[in-house]
Amino acid sequence: MKRLLHLLLPLVGVGLALLVWWGASLTVPDLPSPVRTWQESKLYVLEPLAKRGEVDQGIARLAYYSLVRVGQGFLLGAAIGTPVGFLLGVSPLLTRMFDPLMQVMRPISPLAWLPLGLVLFRKSEPAALFAIAVCSMWPTIINTMMGVRAIPQDYWNVARVLRLSRTTTFLKIIVPATLPYMFTGYRLSLGIAWLVIVASEMLTGTPGVGGFLWQEYNSLIYAHILLAILTIGIIGFILDRLMGFAEGKLRTV
Amino acid sequence: MPFIEAAGIAKSFPAGAGVRPVLRGVSLSVERGEFVSIVGAMGSGKSTLLSILAGLTPADEGTMTVDGEPVTGVRTNAAFVFQNYSLLPWFTALENVRLAVEASCPALSRQEQKARAKETLEQVGLGNALNRRPRQLSGGMRQRVAIARAFATDPDLLFMDEPFGALDALTRETLQGELMRLCSSVSQPVTTIMITNSVEEALLLSDRIVPILPGPPATLGAPITVDLPRGRDVALLAHDEQASHVRAHVVATLTAALGNRRPKTTPGVVFTDKEKTKPGLVFP
Repeated sequence: MKRLLHLLLPLVGVGLALLVWWGASLTVPDLPSPVRTWQESKLYVLEPLAKRGEVDQGIARLAYYSLVRVGQGFLLGAAIGTPVGFLLGVSPLLTRMFDPLMQVMRPISPLAWLPLGLVLFRKSEPAALFAIAVCSMWPTIINTMMGVRAIPQDYWNVARVLRLSRTTTFLKIIVPATLPYMFTGYRLSLGIAWLVIVASEMLTGTPGVGGFLWQEYNSLIYAHILLAILTIGIIGFILDRLMGFAEGKLRTV
Repeated sequence: MPFIEAAGIAKSFPAGAGVRPVLRGVSLSVERGEFVSIVGAMGSGKSTLLSILAGLTPADEGTMTVDGEPVTGVRTNAAFVFQNYSLLPWFTALENVRLAVEASCPALSRQEQKARAKETLEQVGLGNALNRRPRQLSGGMRQRVAIARAFATDPDLLFMDEPFGALDALTRETLQGELMRLCSSVSQPVTTIMITNSVEEALLLSDRIVPILPGPPATLGAPITVDLPRGRDVALLAHDEQASHVRAHVVATLTAALGNRRPKTTPGVVFTDKEKTKPGLVFP
């Protein structure tokens, strides 16, 4: 009974949200109702891999473009953020040096980084990657740093009494002890990367879910905006769950 | 010449604006192959003393040599057993021990390191738990792994910080027995310094007992020789005259230092400042 309720309650929540959406569509003439949204969008959902034009593509195809871009930007951010996090974690000196800088750069919006990326790289694709990497690497840096600092004295003692070399200490103690924290960082970073992708696609007009959203807005096909929004939300949710799953696995080790 | 020679060791830690002296005028000499226990209440600076002797913490004052050489850091051929096991949770029992073998004998192949680790774990009765991780092992088994890790590197010097402090009485007794067996079975004589708060444990295992007199700063009392053959038995110790004599002496020294509290000399006296109540007399 309780399990049934646990399954049903989220559905009730979704139902209520649809009701509010439907109600809003009655008062705002430009907002398509849930039913109309589905009717106008089903081509994209039912033929998810179709390619009819540069931006007029099936939703899975668009999502794929976005995911690839996010993946690249996220990996770039993680590749920079992880070693920086380790360095800051072991060196209080470096932390002192860079902490204020980090605190200032962290809250900068992706929309602010993107034009700078365009200035630096003169092309939209690398500029998008730049924005994603710069925005998404902070949680990785901060969590990795915290993870290194949280290593119990016991483990450092092991390294000292066994006289482990620096490399061995790093590989066999620091990295495994920090791994759960690193993955918390990765999960948060991926979430941010996914937020940034939409903004950067909208600004640069590259094909993807965000680019599609912006183009359909300009073409006055409002149902597709809702389709894109839902897609973004669902994919973001799935990404978070996948990373959360990996994180949970690591915590139990 | 004694194997370990420490003279005039002093140590303080910063506390607020000033410093808190922890140890003062600590001198100790230990012969090769000797088993010395340092007994005292928790918080008296025992662990600090051990980590200074082990080269983990530098002393503020004093001189210290091991085997004629001044101590500058952790010595090769020294091994450690800590109260809280200090095993790496992401490695299996075998890997935990193998890592120690790898660090001390990098010339061995991985297979040889594994074989050595396996052999030592079998010696402490963990042959069937090689591939289990620490969290899948009981406290006693974890400490067996830690003891195996210490002995796997064939040490000539062993430091133990309350090695059985976290274990229940029964497990503690079994492990004390195992330790005695291991100490007598190794190829070279192992010089051991053990920290403990149990007079009974010190009586069972050591050649000499050194009471630590709480300060601050703490100092060492005169060593008391336990003139009984090794391989002692808890039950026999309870009635042995020499043992009773040593026990009474140690307890009297410690209690006198604790501030003229009148001791009742009961077997199994435990000095503790935590509420880990064990049978016997407890000094709060």
